[in-house]
Amino acid sequence: MVGLRFDLRDTPPGSATLRAELRAFLAEQGKDWGPMERGYSWMGFDRAFSREVGKRGWIGMTWPEAYGGAGRTALERYVVLEEMLAVGAPVGAHWIGDRQSGPLILRLGTEEQRREFIPRIVSGELAFAIGLSEPDSGSDLASLRTRAEKVPGGWKVNGRKVWTTNAHRCDFAITLLRTSPAPDPRAKHQGLSQFLIDLRASGLTIRPILDLVGEEGFNELTFDDVFVPDSLVVGEIGKGWEQATAELAIERAGPERYLSSLPLLTAALEDLRAEPAAAEMVGRLIARAGTLRQMSLAVAGMLQDGQTPAREAALVKDVGNDFEQALPERLRDLLMPGRTPPEVLEMQRIMTMVGRSYSLRGGTREILRGIIARQLGLR
Amino acid sequence: MSDDLRAILLDQVEKLLSDAAGPDLLRANERGEWPAALWEEAEALGLPLALVPEAMGGAGLGWGDAAALWQLLGRHASPLPLGEGMIAAALLAAAGVAPRAGYLGLAVDTAPVVWGRRAAALVQVMGETVALQPGPATRQGRAGFAREPADAAAPGVPVAEGRLPPAYGPEAGMLAGALLNAARIAGALETVLAMTVDYANTRKQFGRPIGGFQAVQQLLARCAGEVAVAGVAAGQAGRAADRHGLAGATFEIASAKVVCGEAAHAGAEIVHQVHAAIGFTDDHALHLFTRRLWEWRDGFGAERVWARRIGEAALARGGAALWPDLITRDHGEGEQ
Ligand SMILES: Cc1cc2nc3c(=O)[nH]c(=O)nc-3n(C[C@H](O)[C@H](O)[C@H](O)COP(=O)(O)OP(=O)(O)OC[C@H]3O[C@@H](n4cnc5c(N)ncnc54)[C@H](O)[C@@H]3O)c2cc1C
Repeated sequence: MVGLRFDLRDTPPGSATLRAELRAFLAEQGKDWGPMERGYSWMGFDRAFSREVGKRGWIGMTWPEAYGGAGRTALERYVVLEEMLAVGAPVGAHWIGDRQSGPLILRLGTEEQRREFIPRIVSGELAFAIGLSEPDSGSDLASLRTRAEKVPGGWKVNGRKVWTTNAHRCDFAITLLRTSPAPDPRAKHQGLSQFLIDLRASGLTIRPILDLVGEEGFNELTFDDVFVPDSLVVGEIGKGWEQATAELAIERAGPERYLSSLPLLTAALEDLRAEPAAAEMVGRLIARAGTLRQMSLAVAGMLQDGQTPAREAALVKDVGNDFEQALPERLRDLLMPGRTPPEVLEMQRIMTMVGRSYSLRGGTREILRGIIARQLGLR
Repeated sequence: MSDDLRAILLDQVEKLLSDAAGPDLLRANERGEWPAALWEEAEALGLPLALVPEAMGGAGLGWGDAAALWQLLGRHASPLPLGEGMIAAALLAAAGVAPRAGYLGLAVDTAPVVWGRRAAALVQVMGETVALQPGPATRQGRAGFAREPADAAAPGVPVAEGRLPPAYGPEAGMLAGALLNAARIAGALETVLAMTVDYANTRKQFGRPIGGFQAVQQLLARCAGEVAVAGVAAGQAGRAADRHGLAGATFEIASAKVVCGEAAHAGAEIVHQVHAAIGFTDDHALHLFTRRLWEWRDGFGAERVWARRIGEAALARGGAALWPDLITRDHGEGEQ
């Protein structure tokens, strides 16, 4: 269809063994996960859990063994991800490192950076945050103003980042900063660079922001003459925009883009047996979930083949977000206080609230549809 | 069939359809004129017997190949009852009866037979029993949205009869038909999307192409999402039928029919909105496609029918089985 391809893939042979290990592990780890943990899923943050995941070799699975990776395939990694997300595991402490920061450092980092960071990401020790958004720069990311000025031995950073998920619990943030003024307003994509920033650096203030669920999920970061050594520049100075957008394409590709609310359907099924209208709606949801999984797998397969399916990923995220947002709403029509167990109702409420973020984070629905429209040839 | 061979076959069919099909032929169809020339060309390519094993005079195609071909047919709004004819021949052959030449009308249970009045013979599918009946069927009327002739199978004395092997199950006719319609929907959606993108880039209002307006772009991007979902669902259903047989692929076929049915609605709504008044006219070709989208989502089990099947099975299995059951459908996971 109009330049977008989704070739059907299979998960790798032998995945059943890997899944069995994962399910046993997750059943054990997840004994006490309640509606809140599962509802927050990949924003949830649990270092102890992430270290256990690391011990089993499930972080950085596709990375070279020289840096502690397991040298496995992108589709094997996919199996691990989908098993975790399907049960709403709190993956936030290793997730960003595994998905974005690690691959970025491997691709563009110096040898020193690889040796310094990769093994500790793999073990689940190092947690990363994403420092892109600013108070005046959301969708129009390239308009960002937090700046880094060259000083001897490094850079001096001033400005503000916001909505930085879990920054107050993480070790490093991967940030996009302005290193030279845009030559003119239309060339704002120039002069941006990527830096790793130690979240304990002096001059950096991290203020948690309470979200609508009542959690301290994201933060405001204020940089006041924060010194960042040259050794923490990622890739090339001035090439930050190209680097970061490649990273965003990867960010959009994963199964987290349709699975966020599936744990609610799992939790609700028993209760829905008592609801005569449920079968049809449940069937519609499952039909779509199965199809979205195939689309998500198709994108993972393209990544495995070394392609950059940025547009396909945008489309899968968009249709996936629609689904994961619709699910709690469809179930609301079927659940019944008094009959439905309170923890299921609680999860439904949490996902109704958290669900608003699905179509915001990682690119809003409108921005994604803009990308798709351009692909269609609309200007 | 290998990917290469499939591509060659699809190329041939695409060439055939882009030369011969089009709004005029579709309109003639709707007036009750049998597309004789196109049918003959399809026969010359061996298409009606494509799903029949080679030993019985066919091409031995699989369901996955068929789904790809039917999607292509859908792109041209399916101007001849080739899908129905292919299924009729396939089920007849599977039941051990050698199919005969000419258009074989498909009669599943008591549903009307598309173009039954032109059928050389009728293939009546009742559960696992497949019977070859003399044709043609009694003229009856025209099918709802598509306005194609839809006739009544006269229950006569079968010329031959057989039973489907277990892999086909007692619902083979409905399942094959649902796969056909899901694939045709996926194809027709591709065409209406492309037509609408073209229109949006040429129609000007307020001094610029309407495709430049964000509201229009957002609608079409959403439409593209549904088109992609439908294509993947249909492809996955065809692949599953190859791997597990029709009965074994009930889940994927049911899913495809549900998802494609939903996409048919969402897509048709958007393309009409963007075309506005011109798309509401008889003159414009858009409705030749959108009416078929509405027809096909109803035929061989509407969304609610198949959704209920999936839902009832999931409810019976319970929450703990929901995710594992979805994955168990994967191919070869256990093999090293
Ligand atoms: C829970 C949560 C966690 C987040 N975590 C992080 C994080 O860890 N790191 C980080 O950097 N950011 C994070 N974000 C921020 C997220 O990336 C931004 O919310 C997003 O990019 C949108 O920016 P904004 O909120 O400023 O909205 P705006 O860009 O101001 O947009 C407001 C509205 O206008 C629409 N709009 C804007 N521009 C256009 C346009 N050109 N065409 C059409 N419509 C348009 C948008 O779609 C939206 O509906 C998080 C956000 C949430 C909700």
